Amino acid sequence: MTTILAIERLSKTYDNGFAALKEVNLAIARGEIFALLGPNGAGKTTLIGIVCGLVRASAGSVTVDGFDSAADYRNARRKIGLVPQELSTNQFESVMEALRFSRGLFGKAPDPAHLERVLRDLSLWDKRDQRIGALSGGMKRRVLIAKALAHEPEILFLDEPTAGVDVELRRDMWEMVRRLRDKGVTIILTTHYIEEAEDMADRIGVIDKGELMLVEEKRALMRRLGQIHVTIGLTQKLDAVPAALCDLNIDLAPDGMALTYTQKGEDCDDRLAALLKILVSQGIEFCSVNSQRSSLEDIFIDLVGRRR
Amino acid sequence: MNFYAIRAIYINELGRTWRTLFQSIASPVISTALYFVVFGSAIGSRMQAIDGVAYGAFIVPGLILLTVLTESVSNASFGIYLPRFIGTIYELLSAPISALEVLVGFVGAAATKSVILGLIIFGTARLFVPFEVAHPVLAFGYLVLISMTFALFGFILGLWADGFEKLQIIPLMVISPLTFLGGTFYSIDMLPGVWRQVALFNPIVYLIEGFRWTFYGISALTPLISLGLTFGLLVLCSAVVVWIFKTGYRLRS
Repeated sequence: MTTILAIERLSKTYDNGFAALKEVNLAIARGEIFALLGPNGAGKTTLIGIVCGLVRASAGSVTVDGFDSAADYRNARRKIGLVPQELSTNQFESVMEALRFSRGLFGKAPDPAHLERVLRDLSLWDKRDQRIGALSGGMKRRVLIAKALAHEPEILFLDEPTAGVDVELRRDMWEMVRRLRDKGVTIILTTHYIEEAEDMADRIGVIDKGELMLVEEKRALMRRLGQIHVTIGLTQKLDAVPAALCDLNIDLAPDGMALTYTQKGEDCDDRLAALLKILVSQGIEFCSVNSQRSSLEDIFIDLVGRRR
Repeated sequence: MNFYAIRAIYINELGRTWRTLFQSIASPVISTALYFVVFGSAIGSRMQAIDGVAYGAFIVPGLILLTVLTESVSNASFGIYLPRFIGTIYELLSAPISALEVLVGFVGAAATKSVILGLIIFGTARLFVPFEVAHPVLAFGYLVLISMTFALFGFILGLWADGFEKLQIIPLMVISPLTFLGGTFYSIDMLPGVWRQVALFNPIVYLIEGFRWTFYGISALTPLISLGLTFGLLVLCSAVVVWIFKTGYRLRS
């Protein structure tokens, strides 16, 4: 794994004294999809802002593919595309004009074929001559993505890309993100929809109050912090947890009609099988087995909530 | 040097002019034409010649500058304020471009537009009153210099402004009155003693007198002082812009 973005001891204190980032360290691997999660005001946008050049760091360094983002900002920024959170567009420009502008701004020679590809990928080709102001919110979001891709960046930042976007567009967008990743583009996104991060990301970082609380591979994170919650519906009421099950950490539902079982970590399937065998051997009849894996959202709330 | 970026900004800014063609070009031309009808043809025919120049011709350089100064300031200020206001500034800030390139793009486009306007007004004036230009090359060079200086000033204004009022107030309340009082319609030699002294504190007097000298070879002031002052303003505005970009003032938090 080669690192394409290295953030070291990055801090930001705004003029009003608010410390938005506190010595954040983070390394992003080439070609991965990294999801940055955190509550509002956690420092996500400040972090992205510093890497992209919108915000000045108070201390620390950012290295983009070997180029220091302050000393060698031209080479560093050339590699980055940013899709901002706000729908900031020039309403009076046409879609094509906007894309040409973006490409030029990043120092690339005109390439109509590339712009056409980007527009077609985002289903914007038919709208290329329309004024951006005449497009719907979802289409404007696509235009912002197209603008960010106009200069063929190697790293794409998506700051809350699916906020206020309908289901269909959201699905298209993730489809596009996957295609970009297949082409080798590194993607760093922030999102409020945690299930999206769960679905898309290779690794996940959780940031809160300016501190990066954890960075972990999604599967490992789910395994380490996830839980499986099993509910076994019984055909006959029980008064107490059977003695044979006592050391398995099993609870009886208040109505006595179900046994519940919670297991930390992801791999507990053999335990469940063992449990079911005991039930059969004890002659306890059951009518349903329902197992629920905790989502990233539960993990996230648990993590952040602990600090409140 | 990121030439593609300069070109992108320059084309984009001129594109804005193109989209608002009527507002950008037609309205200053119409208002200038009105000045010529009223002051040049109607009143001018009853005015004495000033230093041997017919009144209608005498006001031409001042009228050109009246539009060029206000348009340079408002175009450049609007050009950089608009992205700040609607949020598209993020793209400029995240792009691999230096402050100088941003400046050349924005100020170059605003100055280009002003020069074109100046030439259009010149042509319009020529339809109303007959006149010859004594030093055409100097006149054009001076027009470019003034356009650049005031576009730079407008750029600073657009960075400083935090609302549309502030954006409009300077061209409307400062540049326009100073140009009117700066000898567009009269020679400052026509002012009574004290007022002539007061008028010398108005920098625009020097610009108009200098520009008029390139037209007719007449000036109430030394042309070199005019040129020096214009360069002085250019250097001052450039210094302020350099400071702005160094500190990130109103651009990067």
